[in-house]
Amino acid sequence: MAVTAAEKEKLLDELLAKYQGFKGATIPVLQKAQEIFGYLPKDVLIKISKAIDVPISKIYGVVTFYAQFHLEPRGEHIVRSCQGTACHVRGGKVVLEAMQKKLGLSDDKCTTDDLKFTIETVACIGACALAPCVMVDEDTHGRLTTDKACAMLDTYANA
Amino acid sequence: MQIKTIDQLHQVKADAIAALKARNDAKTQIILGMGTCGIAAGGRAVLAAVEEQIKKLGLEDKICVYSTGCIGMCHNEPLLDVVRPGEDRVTYGSVTAEDVEKIFAEHVLGGNVFKNKAIARIPLEGAKAVDLPAYSEMPFYAKQRKNALKNCGYINPDSLEEYIAADGYEALAKAVLALTPEDVIEEVKKSGLRGRGGGGFPTGLKWSFCRKSQGPKKYIICNADEGDPGAFMDRSLLEGDPHAVLEGMALGAYAIGADEGYIYCRAEYPLAIKRLNQAIAQAEEAGVLGDNIFGTDFSFKLHVKEGAGAFVCGEETALMQSIEGQRGMPRPRPPFPAVKGLWEKPSNINNVETWGNVPCIIRNGGEAYAAYGTEKSKGTKVFALTGKINNPGLAEVPMGITMREIIFEIAGGIQDGKKFKAVQIGGPSGGCMPEELLDTPVDYDSLIAAGAMMGSGGLVVMDETTCMVDVAKFFLTFTQSESCGKCTPCREGTKRMLEILTGITEGRGKEGDIERLQKLARSIKAGALCALGQTAPNPVLSTIRYFRDEYEAHIKDKKCPAGACQKLISYRITDACKGCSLCARNCPASAISGELKQQFVIDQSKCIKCGVCMNNCRFAAIVRE
Repeated sequence: MAVTAAEKEKLLDELLAKYQGFKGATIPVLQKAQEIFGYLPKDVLIKISKAIDVPISKIYGVVTFYAQFHLEPRGEHIVRSCQGTACHVRGGKVVLEAMQKKLGLSDDKCTTDDLKFTIETVACIGACALAPCVMVDEDTHGRLTTDKACAMLDTYANA
Repeated sequence: MQIKTIDQLHQVKADAIAALKARNDAKTQIILGMGTCGIAAGGRAVLAAVEEQIKKLGLEDKICVYSTGCIGMCHNEPLLDVVRPGEDRVTYGSVTAEDVEKIFAEHVLGGNVFKNKAIARIPLEGAKAVDLPAYSEMPFYAKQRKNALKNCGYINPDSLEEYIAADGYEALAKAVLALTPEDVIEEVKKSGLRGRGGGGFPTGLKWSFCRKSQGPKKYIICNADEGDPGAFMDRSLLEGDPHAVLEGMALGAYAIGADEGYIYCRAEYPLAIKRLNQAIAQAEEAGVLGDNIFGTDFSFKLHVKEGAGAFVCGEETALMQSIEGQRGMPRPRPPFPAVKGLWEKPSNINNVETWGNVPCIIRNGGEAYAAYGTEKSKGTKVFALTGKINNPGLAEVPMGITMREIIFEIAGGIQDGKKFKAVQIGGPSGGCMPEELLDTPVDYDSLIAAGAMMGSGGLVVMDETTCMVDVAKFFLTFTQSESCGKCTPCREGTKRMLEILTGITEGRGKEGDIERLQKLARSIKAGALCALGQTAPNPVLSTIRYFRDEYEAHIKDKKCPAGACQKLISYRITDACKGCSLCARNCPASAISGELKQQFVIDQSKCIKCGVCMNNCRFAAIVRE
C-alpha cells in the first residue's frame, strides 16, 4: 500500500516528537526519516534541522559524509552488489556489470526510470564465504553467477 | 521472573536444562543454520520445505524446529541438523528443498541417516552414536578450539534460557557478587587477552586506564562496525550468540565503573541488529541487565546504534563522533577515550570478538584462557576464511598455529587444484604473505614482522590467477574512497598512490614508480592522523616486498603475469584454428574476422578483452598473453 504524502508528513512529525531532547539524535532521525520517504528531500532536512535544533549545514555535512544517506529518490528495491575482497577475487564485478546491463544502469546512473530498482555497491556485507553476493533490500543472495543474479532480479521485478 | 541472586540464576539454569531435556526426549529436533550465510545460500527455501513436510506428515507434535547461528562451515550451507531423541546430532550440508523430503523419509521417520548429504555428527552425552565421523575428526574442526564461538551454531540465539543453560550470565553473577572491579581487571590481565579488532592492545591494561579515570559517568562501547572487507566473525557472533557480547560488556562496565553502554553496529547487518535488540530486551526483563543487577547497586543500560556506512567509523574516536551524531572523523589522541571519550566522558571501547571472549575468561579464570596461544598472544582467534579455498568459513584456532595449517588443513587447500600464491590478512590495513612465509606462527607480533597484521582476522587466499598489483590497487581504491578527508597525508597521499598504481595496471607505469610508491607510503604512515591512514599503504608495501617482480613486469614489459589486468592482456588466435567461425559469431565487439576453414584474426583495436572467444573455442586455438 502506498503511503500518501500527508501520511508521510504525519509519520515524520511523530518521529521528531519522539526524539525531542534526545542526545545524538541526528543520525537515527535521518535514518528513520529516510525509511519514511525513501530518500532525504530538502524540505525534510530543513524540518529536521529545526526540530532537533542542529544547523542545516551540519545536517548536510552528516548526510553527505555517510554512504547510507541519499538526496535523490531511490528505487523500490535496493540492490547492493558486494565489491569486498572475497567478492572481488570471485568475480563480483562481473555480476555487478551484468545486473547493470540488464536494467540499463551504470556506475553513474543507479536508479531505473520507473523507480523500481537502484543498484549500488557496498564494500562488504560480511557473507564472504558465499562470494560473490548481492543484497536485495534485506535479503542476501550468495554464490551468484551472472545468470543467477539476473534471474534473481526478475523475481523481484515480478513480485 | 527477575533473577536477583545466584541461586535464582541456578534455578533458571536447572529449569532451562530440564525443559530442553524434556523437549529433546520427546521430540525430534530440526535445527537450521539461519545466519546471514545460511539465508544467502537458500536457507529460507529449506525452512519452507521442512514446514511443508511437517504439515504433510502431520508431525506437528513430534518435531520442534528452530534456527541457530553460524557453526562456521559456510561452504556447506544451507545446513540442517537432525537430532532424534537419544541419538547423536547429525549435520546435513548443501541441503536443497528436494533433499528435505528424503531426510524426513529416511532419517526423521525411518531412523537411518540419509548418507548422500550427511557430513558429520556431534556426539551428545549418553546418546546412541551414528555411523558418521564426529566433528572433532573432520579436518575443518580438528584444530579448532572455541571460546568466543563456543555457543554459535549450538544454541538458539533467540532464547535467553538456552544461553543460561550453557553457563550464560554465570560470569556476571560471579563478578558482581564475589569479585571487586579490580579482581575482574586482574583476571582479564592474567588471560593475556589483546584487542581482537586489529590493534592488539592488551584489554586488561586498557580497562585499568579507564578504571583510574575519575568521574561519575563512564561509557562502555562495543565496536560492531565490522568494515574490513573479508571479515565476518563479528556478524556471526552477534547473530549466533548475542548474549555473550552483552555479558562481556556488562563485565567490562562493572570493571571500569560504567553504567551505560553503546553497541555501534553496521546497518549492513540487519539480522545482527535485530538479535541484539531482542537480546537486550530479554536480559532487561530477566534482570541480568538494567537496574540493580543481581540485587546489587550495579546498574547497566545498553543501547544499539546503527552505523550509517562509513568505514572510518571503525576507528574509535570517529565511532564516538558518529554516536554523538556528527560526521565520523577521527581526532588526535591524546586525550585517549579512557580519559575523554564519548560526550567527553571516560569511555572504554572494544570490538565484538573481544567482548565475546570476556565471559569465558571470568567464568573459567584467566589462566585457563592463557593456556592457549604463544608467549605474547594468548588464547584463541577467529578467522574468516575466504577467497580461492575449498572450505570458506569461520574458524576459531589457538594463536600460534601456522598459516599453512589454517589454509591447507582447515580451509582444505586451494580450489580447482590451482597453486597457492598469497594470503591477504588484516584487510585494507594488512598485507599479503607469500608461500615462503606460510610456516609463520599466526600471532600479533609475527604478523607485524612479516609486514602484515592481525587486523580483525579476515584471510583472503589468492591463487596464481590473482594479480598482486591489482590486489594492492583494490585495497587502496577502498581506503582512498573511505578516507574521511580530515588529514592531508591520507586524503592526498592515498590519491597520488592510487594514481600511480592505476597507471601501472594500465600500462602507463614508469621507471621509478615503485620507489615513488614506497616514499609516499612512508610519509603517509608517519603523518596520517588515524590508523586508517597509517595502515593504508600496507597492502602496497607488502606486495612490493614479496612480489616486486610482478610490479616490474607491469612497468617494464607492460605485461600482467597473472593475466588479470585487462589493459595489459591481449587475445590471439593461433594456427590451431580450424576456421569454424564460432568465435567471430560470439564476439560482442565484432572484432574477429576471417574466411571459413582458414585461420581467423582478432582486430586488437576493436577487442574489448572479454575472453568470450577463448571460452567458446573448441580447439583451444585462442591464447591470452
